[in-house]
Amino acid sequence: MSGPLFQYGRAATVHDALIRASKPGAAYLAGGTDLLQLWKSGAMTPAAVVDISRLPLDEVELIGGELSLGALARLSDVASHPDVIRNHPLIAEAILASASGQIRNMATVGGNLLQRTRCPYFRNEQLACNKRKPGSGCGALSGENRQAALFGTSSSCVATHASDLAVALAALDAEVEVFGSEGERRFSLRDLYRPPGETPERETNLAPGELITGVHVPNATRFAACSTYLKIRDRASFEFAVVSVAAALQIENGKIVQARLAAGGVAPLPWRLDSTEAALVGHPLNARAIAAAGDLAVEHARPLAQNGFKVALLRNAMIRALQTLGRRP
Amino acid sequence: MSPGSSIRISLKINGRNHEFTATACDTLLDVLRDKLGMTGTKKGCDMGACGACTVLAEGRRIKSCLALAASCDGRSITTIEGVGTVDKLHQLQAAFVRHDALQCGYCTPGQIMSGLALLEEKPADLEAIREGMSGNLCRCGAYPNIIAAIAEVAGL
Repeated sequence: MSGPLFQYGRAATVHDALIRASKPGAAYLAGGTDLLQLWKSGAMTPAAVVDISRLPLDEVELIGGELSLGALARLSDVASHPDVIRNHPLIAEAILASASGQIRNMATVGGNLLQRTRCPYFRNEQLACNKRKPGSGCGALSGENRQAALFGTSSSCVATHASDLAVALAALDAEVEVFGSEGERRFSLRDLYRPPGETPERETNLAPGELITGVHVPNATRFAACSTYLKIRDRASFEFAVVSVAAALQIENGKIVQARLAAGGVAPLPWRLDSTEAALVGHPLNARAIAAAGDLAVEHARPLAQNGFKVALLRNAMIRALQTLGRRP
Repeated sequence: MSPGSSIRISLKINGRNHEFTATACDTLLDVLRDKLGMTGTKKGCDMGACGACTVLAEGRRIKSCLALAASCDGRSITTIEGVGTVDKLHQLQAAFVRHDALQCGYCTPGQIMSGLALLEEKPADLEAIREGMSGNLCRCGAYPNIIAAIAEVAGL
């Protein structure tokens, strides 16, 4: 099983990559773990593949308190890097909860952030999907939607974003560095993603051909002692999240002074829970605050016919994640 | 270069250099099996889910069905053909035999390659082996024996 034939070219430099990617139907290839699946299933039919895997963008380094992950750093290398484990264990935890040992050896940071949804309607070319084929309808809306999103959806798309890493990075206020025809720019990872609205085929705010070159995580160590990634899935390993929660707190004198909360598996993008964070700040991490956070996390959830269980699951996952942090010394 | 045209690729497989031509779309798995006749590496799902196609690239385990051969050009690859011999099995292969860690055997080359890489990662306990082997499915359900075989070699 495979899609139509494509051309192959290897980019010699970042500039060369942009030139090659400017041709219609070009797609970047890094680890290939998602692109090859998409091509084989017919969900993507690139005319040309631009292999960026050998560009020198795989460094992981800590500079002036900021952790920088090269876009082509392999997930396994990021998760085992001493600076990541020491300063942002949340990132290592989220990665180790992702995929399998083989996939983590191939998949890259940039590719992980840009992986396409696992919605079965998107992955099957026979089915209706506005994201894959604009105007064809959303099969999940009134079909199999157990896996669908609770937040940020539209009448044209209810698919979730599948990345664990993106959820951890969104919680940690990460920024992405991108390079395109207009040069380099850097912005919040939260602004990388677009809610589906009427154009679910446009998932990011990247310009055509624009390449993620790195990810930067500020304030290393602030949350190192008090963070956790809780992933609920249908089997114990090598499975995407049904619901996940990234939680990081800074507690001083018995009170929460900083809270960072994001959820996965429940929205078309990593879902940051700003109002839940705000409600926790100034309070001790006690049962009352935790229960209130659980309720707030699911406020405004809009379940479909088959995914209502995710509301209770997210509330309980939030509660359990915060309880875990409460037990930390 | 037009779609379907040939690309010259060189791979070092099990210590030996191989030069051949392939199309842009050929996976490492298809090249190993169909071009080089190395059918020890198995094709199961061809979608990265089952792990039957696991090989080592530069010593790290990967799924060869998700790797384009062209992208691997110049790399060093280890396949099951490079592990042990009929007369002298690798100790992990011998442990699989001792523990009856297979039934039909189709997933076994992938299990062995994945297990070899996992042993290099020094799993701390049985749970780490179970988690570390989650990328390899066994439809016969020989999991407990596979875990036991790897644990024995790991000294756990």
